[in-house]
Amino acid sequence: MSERILETLKSRFGSAIFETHSQFGDDTAVVDPAKWHEIMTFCRTELECDMLTDLCGVDYPEREPRLEVVAHLYSIAKRHHVRLKARIGDRELEGDVEIDSVANIWPTANWLERETFDMFGIKFKGHPDLRRLLMYPEFVGHPLRKDYPAQKTQPLIEYRTEEEAGLPLDKQLPFGPDEGMSFGRKEFTSGEGEAS
Amino acid sequence: MGEVTRQVTLEGSQTGFATTRLDALLGWARKYSLFQYPFVTACCGMEFMALASPRFDMARFGAEAPRFSPRQADLLWVVGTISQRQAPVLRRIYEQMMEPKWVLAFGTCASSGGFYDNYTTVAGIDKIIPTDVYVPGCPPRPEAVIDGLLLLQDKIATGDRTPGIIKPREDPASMGNVNGLVQLQKKSAKGDRP
Repeated sequence: MSERILETLKSRFGSAIFETHSQFGDDTAVVDPAKWHEIMTFCRTELECDMLTDLCGVDYPEREPRLEVVAHLYSIAKRHHVRLKARIGDRELEGDVEIDSVANIWPTANWLERETFDMFGIKFKGHPDLRRLLMYPEFVGHPLRKDYPAQKTQPLIEYRTEEEAGLPLDKQLPFGPDEGMSFGRKEFTSGEGEAS
Repeated sequence: MGEVTRQVTLEGSQTGFATTRLDALLGWARKYSLFQYPFVTACCGMEFMALASPRFDMARFGAEAPRFSPRQADLLWVVGTISQRQAPVLRRIYEQMMEPKWVLAFGTCASSGGFYDNYTTVAGIDKIIPTDVYVPGCPPRPEAVIDGLLLLQDKIATGDRTPGIIKPREDPASMGNVNGLVQLQKKSAKGDRP
C-alpha cells in the first residue's frame, strides 16, 4: 500500500535512494547517509510520518560499509509505514562512524540514538547529549558490535575471590542438570563441566 | 518438604526444665523474627509477591515485615537478575545491613546468572556478596522458596554459614526417568506421550 512512498522518495531524491524493496507489506529504502537528515525531514513534513517507531543499529561484519542505521517511521494520520536504512563505516570502523542526528525532528530519537551510540558506537552529529544510555560510563567498547566478545564482562566492582567465597565461583553455580536446570554457564559456553 | 532436613537443637523442654546455650537461644529468636529487605529487580518479584500474599503467607514463618531500609533488615532477598550496573548498589546495600545478616538468592538469575551469559549480567550474586541459600527456578515456585526459608531458619538456628541449595522436588517431567534427570521430550504427532 505504501509503495507509493518509495516512489515519492525516489522521484524526490533520485540517486540518494540507493535501493528499495517491499516485502510482506514492509517498504524499505536504503538511502545515502549524507542525506539522512534531509530525507528524514522530508518524511516528517511531506509524508507526515509523525512517529519514529524505532531507531537502531545493525552490524554486518562481512559487509562494507559495515554498520547500518535503521529507522522505522509511521504516520498516525495516514497509517503508512516506511523503513529507512543508511549504511556507514568501513570494514575496520576506523575513526568516527558518523551520521546526522534526527533528534530535532522527533524528540524520541534522543534516547534511541543514545542507545544506538551505546551499543554500536555510531556518533550522531548534532545530538544534544550523546552519552551512553544502557551501559555505565566506565564501559569500554560497544557490546553489540560483532567483534565484541560475547561473554566479556566489565565488572564495576571487584568480584570476590574463591578463597573468600569458599566455593568455586566459575561454574554453573550451583545448579546442574540433576537439579532441574538444563542450562548453565559452563555447559553453555564450553560444553564441558557437568555440574556435580 | 524436599531436601530440607530439620535439626532440633532445643531439647530442654523434654527434661522438665530449660537448659540452653545463649547462641542457641539467640538463633531460635532470630530465626523467627527475620526482617527482610526485598531487592527485587526482575520477574521473580511476581513470585515473591505471591509468597508474601495470603495463599503462601510468608508471615507464618516470622518473616513478615519487609523493611525498605537495609539498616533495619537482617535478611536480604535478591530477587531477579543483577546487572553489572547494579552490582555496586547491591554490595552497598549488603554492607549497610547490620550484623548478623543473611542473603537468599531467589531464582536462577540471582543464583547463577541463568541464561544471561553476556556483557551485562553478574553471573550469580555470590560473585559480589556472600550468599546463604540458593533457590533455583525460573521463577521458583513459592513452595521452593518456603523450603529455602525453612533451610535458612535451620541454618540460623545452628549457626551454619555454608551455602545451601534447594533442590527441586520431583518434577512430573522426570517421572519414569531412571536417572531422575529432567529430559524434555517432544510430543508425538498423535498427541500421546511416548
